[in-house]
Amino acid sequence: MKENILIVGALSGLARPIADQLAAQGHALVLAARDGEELLRMQADLRVRHRANITIAPFEALDFDSHAGLIEQADKAFADGLTGILFCAGWLADQRWAAADFAAARQMIDINFTAAVSVLNHAANLFEPRRRGWIGALSSVAGDRGRLSNYLYGSTKSALNAYLQGLRHRLTAAGVTVITVKPGCADTAMTYGMEKLPFLVGPEVIARDVVRAIARRRLIVYTPGIWWPVMTIIRLLPEQLFRRLKI
Amino acid sequence: MRFRTENITGWGNLAAVRAPVFRPDRIGDLRRTVAENRGTLISRGLGRSYGDAAVNAGGVLSHVCLNRFLAFDEAQGIVECEAGVTFDELIRVSLERGFFPAVTPGTRHITVGGAIAADVHGKNHHVDGSFAQCLLDFRLLTAGGEVLRCSRQENSHIFWATLGGMGLTGAIVDARFRLRPVASAFLTVDYQRTANLDQSLEAFSAGDAGYNYSVAWIDCLARGRSLGRSVLMRGNHAAASELRSVGIAHHEIAVGNAHPTPRRRKSVPCFLPNFVLNPWSARAFNSLYYHGHRDERALVDYDSFFYPLDAVSNWNRIYGRRGFLQYQAALPADASRLGLIALLEAISSSRQASFLAVLKTFGPANAGWLSFPLAGSTLAVDFPNTGPALAQLLDTLDEIVIAHGGRVYLAKDARMSRESFDIMYPGADEFRNLKAALDPTGRFSSHLARRLGLSPAACQKRAAA
Repeated sequence: MKENILIVGALSGLARPIADQLAAQGHALVLAARDGEELLRMQADLRVRHRANITIAPFEALDFDSHAGLIEQADKAFADGLTGILFCAGWLADQRWAAADFAAARQMIDINFTAAVSVLNHAANLFEPRRRGWIGALSSVAGDRGRLSNYLYGSTKSALNAYLQGLRHRLTAAGVTVITVKPGCADTAMTYGMEKLPFLVGPEVIARDVVRAIARRRLIVYTPGIWWPVMTIIRLLPEQLFRRLKI
Repeated sequence: MRFRTENITGWGNLAAVRAPVFRPDRIGDLRRTVAENRGTLISRGLGRSYGDAAVNAGGVLSHVCLNRFLAFDEAQGIVECEAGVTFDELIRVSLERGFFPAVTPGTRHITVGGAIAADVHGKNHHVDGSFAQCLLDFRLLTAGGEVLRCSRQENSHIFWATLGGMGLTGAIVDARFRLRPVASAFLTVDYQRTANLDQSLEAFSAGDAGYNYSVAWIDCLARGRSLGRSVLMRGNHAAASELRSVGIAHHEIAVGNAHPTPRRRKSVPCFLPNFVLNPWSARAFNSLYYHGHRDERALVDYDSFFYPLDAVSNWNRIYGRRGFLQYQAALPADASRLGLIALLEAISSSRQASFLAVLKTFGPANAGWLSFPLAGSTLAVDFPNTGPALAQLLDTLDEIVIAHGGRVYLAKDARMSRESFDIMYPGADEFRNLKAALDPTGRFSSHLARRLGLSPAACQKRAAA
């Protein structure tokens, strides 16, 4: 089935290949992001590569008041309305910086969690009465357990996971699927130059899993798949032991 | 801007250096990278230049994440895209619309930016010229942070300096160029064996006008009466009617079917030992290859015709860790025959050549200051890196090329001296003057630039420091 999908944070390193693969499958997209010049380039690119129906819209993660308008505008871009919304905006500040400077920590919380809640609340309110549609968000394996190397980023994703869990609980009755994507490390601008990233994959690998998860209406997806056993073990380690590990 | 430290080398795997690699994925980040960088930078696409053109220990500016198409005018056959778009991607979007790159080198794994910087040519140079001929304009990010539109009318001196300028005028942001309309994804190809060089040259001059594409594989190890024996491969884009007559179903010839005979990609998984390619194995291969061809006409898909080596990824590893080098020279028409004989004799008696050698006719040169092609012939030969023995041979070849008024291709070069370069490229000093004005501190620099004295002295000091 051809869908009408709003991608929020469409310029993120993971959103780009996701949009590319969705457009290749013939889905119509609304791309929302802050940088208008870049959005125009992305729109042109997807039109040339896939002859896809691509609309663009401005999105400011921290301008919470604007989010209702974005959802409304994106929904009106199609005669038959939106069928899915994927939240891809996210920001990773260096752990040491964010630990020393609350402004950086707060910015992460606001983009990764507060903005997601703001956008997806509107999304839920749109889809629930229609009794159709799906809501997805890019979380992270970092949210599965707080670790010394990235617990500030991780806790924003942890909060997002709990929010999505609750949202799923609420929307299941309405037949609206909520998809939690937990990507591992991808070779994008966000992680570029960082050293010793485990199981690093190209973003197109994660995009493939996300697109498949959308098609199959999966609920929770670890991508690449190796992260499910890895995080299961990490989650199960007793805290007494875990707090002494350097991971 | 963030960077990643990587081992950087050319396609020939010679002399890798550790270098910070910047990989912007937004135009704003590209500009910031150039503005904030305190060292030197050289733009790099897929790293298919053989030598040190895209190698710079000071810093490398990767364009692979700036690869967006911006427009495709199907009425005019004009495409606009960012410099990081590869020919592989270009063919994918073009063929289904009934177009093909107007000029393509022997691999799809190059970028549009690289095609401009090396002013690449293909098997159709004798008819269609080099990439410059289909290029309409491009935008160049200069060392000063300006973005300049360059075309034959606007900033034309920078336009012609950038074609063949190996990235030293700045970073190409995006470009507009013409494509060729084609009726199918196949070519009608005539194969013809020749017994020696004279027969090859004769066949070229007698028949090339009838072929849009013309190239010869040449046996560089054959000697005496067989010196220069070749297999000519010449063809034209097949019309739909030609395909129907040989029973290829219509859905297969539809240009929308971009990959008519999907080939299984093979890969060389690791460096082979250095001894695998030696004079005996190369001679045996050449003999088999020569005798394995018949004189015939065949229908060939574009992928097999233009990009035979792309079927094997990392084929450069067959030369082993020592690496290899391609020597490509162009000789003016009036000196072609004697020059080729002298080159082939020097090569075959050295017994260093391998199995990849190509001969073709060039059409007229263009106005590019450092553009390689000139009216006459070109010979390209791969050599395993045997160290001093090879260095000595290539110096001898340089002398032969200079004596016959020819030049060596910078996209393949890793070792030519500045003295030889200055004789071969009369535009060198004009280029240096423009470089001094456009980039006085030498922000855009590479190992090739320093070797050939193409970046200002200031930067050479900084690079040394």
